[in-house]
Amino acid sequence: MKKIISFAAAATLAGGMLAAGSASAATTLESVKERGNLKCGVTSGLPGFSQPDDKGNWTGIDVDTCRAIAAAIFGDGSKVEFTPLTAKERLTALQSGEIDVLSRNTTWTLTRDVSLGLNFTGTNYYDGQGFLVRKDIGVDDAKQLDGATVCIQAGTTTELNLADYFRSNDMSFKPIVFDTSEQTVQGFSSDRCDVLTSDRSQLAALRSKLDDPDSAVILPNIISKEPLGPVVRQGDDQWFNIVKWSLFTQINAEELGITQDNVDEMKKSENPEIQRLLGTSGDMGEKLGLSADYGYRIVEQVGNYGEMYDRNVGPDTPLGLERGLNALWTDGGIMYAPPVR
Amino acid sequence: MNDSDTPPATAQRRPWNDPKVRSLAFQIIAILAVGWAGWSLLQNTFENMESRGISTGFGFLDESAGFGIIMSLIPYDATMSYGRTFWVGLLNTLLVSAMGVVAATIIGFIVGIARLSSNWVVAKLALVFVETIRNIPLLLQIFFWYFAVLRNLPSTRQSVDVGGVFFLNNRGLYLPEPLTESGFGWVLASLAIAVALVVGIKRWARKRQLKTGQLFPTFRVSLAILIALPGLAFLITGTPLTWELAELKGFNFVGGITIIPELAALWFALSIYTASFIAEIVRSGILAVSKGQTEAAQALGLQPGTIMRLVVIPQAMRVIVPPLTSQYLNLVKNSSLATAIGYPDLVGVFMGTTLNQTGQAVEVVAITMAVYLTISLLISLLMNIYNRKVALQER
Repeated sequence: MKKIISFAAAATLAGGMLAAGSASAATTLESVKERGNLKCGVTSGLPGFSQPDDKGNWTGIDVDTCRAIAAAIFGDGSKVEFTPLTAKERLTALQSGEIDVLSRNTTWTLTRDVSLGLNFTGTNYYDGQGFLVRKDIGVDDAKQLDGATVCIQAGTTTELNLADYFRSNDMSFKPIVFDTSEQTVQGFSSDRCDVLTSDRSQLAALRSKLDDPDSAVILPNIISKEPLGPVVRQGDDQWFNIVKWSLFTQINAEELGITQDNVDEMKKSENPEIQRLLGTSGDMGEKLGLSADYGYRIVEQVGNYGEMYDRNVGPDTPLGLERGLNALWTDGGIMYAPPVR
Repeated sequence: MNDSDTPPATAQRRPWNDPKVRSLAFQIIAILAVGWAGWSLLQNTFENMESRGISTGFGFLDESAGFGIIMSLIPYDATMSYGRTFWVGLLNTLLVSAMGVVAATIIGFIVGIARLSSNWVVAKLALVFVETIRNIPLLLQIFFWYFAVLRNLPSTRQSVDVGGVFFLNNRGLYLPEPLTESGFGWVLASLAIAVALVVGIKRWARKRQLKTGQLFPTFRVSLAILIALPGLAFLITGTPLTWELAELKGFNFVGGITIIPELAALWFALSIYTASFIAEIVRSGILAVSKGQTEAAQALGLQPGTIMRLVVIPQAMRVIVPPLTSQYLNLVKNSSLATAIGYPDLVGVFMGTTLNQTGQAVEVVAITMAVYLTISLLISLLMNIYNRKVALQER
């Protein structure tokens, strides 16, 4: 029997070490650098936010947010591997370490920030939930939607807002919950539901996917706050700072008037704020664990926030979304970044 | 003589040389190793989740859910708990599974027998059915029923109206809902009596047939009793049942019972898909019964239908039941594809929305897996009991 016990003890020890070994890991920045690319979780296809074209090139505001991070780390915004995720999969994919950063129009809420082991690094789009309805049902306000059937995407804050809104207005509704936003559009266009609900930016994108976009309207009501932004795992403050300041750099660049076109000229600028941002003076990059010219790389490769916005979702794109809340604080919006100092 | 044959006394033998002790020891080691592996996996998971700041535990089941579900067999609204959403999802899964099992069995038996029909057209039609259905992925069939068939129904305003009682549109099939009044208990009681009577008659008829060989029209008599007795009670107590009709109000019909297209699509797809496999199982079961049995029955002058019912099928069941169990298990598990078309089953509601809102993936996935395991083991158990009943009785 002694032999058996000692064997069991040895096995326990070996297994224990195995389990302990799997728990520790390198920092995110180290593993990203070693891998040579950034793994970024995006949507499986939402115009303006993240969508692949027929050649597999991703575009969108969420995609550019990732490219800016890659530019800051590698000096090359193309070193990103995009992982398309459904709303249901996204948070688990980040928790499990499958991706380094999640940039998938994800709403910043208390529960997600606090109890999921995740950290939101900022807001790259201020949004609110709205309703898309067919014109022919003759509704011009969400308060008239009592008894309506509503198509909705699973795993979103929208599901909760919807129930709250209808309950607080003493109205009833029937939710049809689909896995992907494509399916909600299919449900809406084939008349399975009267209303499609989502963030208003998404509604604009989804409306553009309809066979006849003019047959549907977005109601004026905004029923929730939806600050959308990149998310990282808790417990790696350096990585958290890099992702956070990558977006702040873009916003500050717009405020300082640095654009993709003039960034090289700006390098010669006497303005100390611009010098610090572009890394011609100070050691801001070093503090973050990046190269000194990380800010220059971001603007050079991806552009400032305003350029990113206009290129993907702005008034000249099919989505045609005005800046609104997303304008800089100096222009009447709430886009605001702490100073680079 | 004896001394040389029997092994030496155990006292002389070292325990590690004793095959019995050895095998026992290795089995204990194996069990310990498996148990320890499972435990450490669990421990490691919780430690990692703790260190990453992910909440754990089952406390979330009592929190308010705050989201709506389109179809629920028990009262549900958004103020109820996540625990409640589990039951809503589970019951929806069980509903579509039960409906699927019944329909798949019926269709499967009909098609399986039709495959062996001496009528060329019938046999070939059944062949085409089986070969087409079972070779197309189930998910595509679910999409086919949902998007291609049910979505082509008219819109709410243009509903198909059957006498102002039934309504059919792309939002579902609306049926009148029975509302019972006082006195309906008598009807139920008389139904119970009728069932008891039928069972008695069946036993008596069987006994009489065994004794005298005379046949009794059990089926027709039973049917008459089952209809007449509760029907009489229903009339005497003054028809204590009213029907609530569905009514078009605002966007949709309200009231009555709604069968949503998601349920219908999933049910059709699951039943038909599984039926194509059951048909083959039934066919193989029937072919496994030796031809001599049929010929002997024919020689006795039995009708073809009677031969099938009394001679062939009972013997075929022995071959049919074990693979049939697997098909039932498949059907239950396949019902989780519901989430593709938005039917609120366990996976869609609990492992979908609830998991996402709470973020407690490990707990929710563990519960869901445990539920499917339990359902499957229960079905296996029931089918094994049934199998033992139909198995060859060795005398």
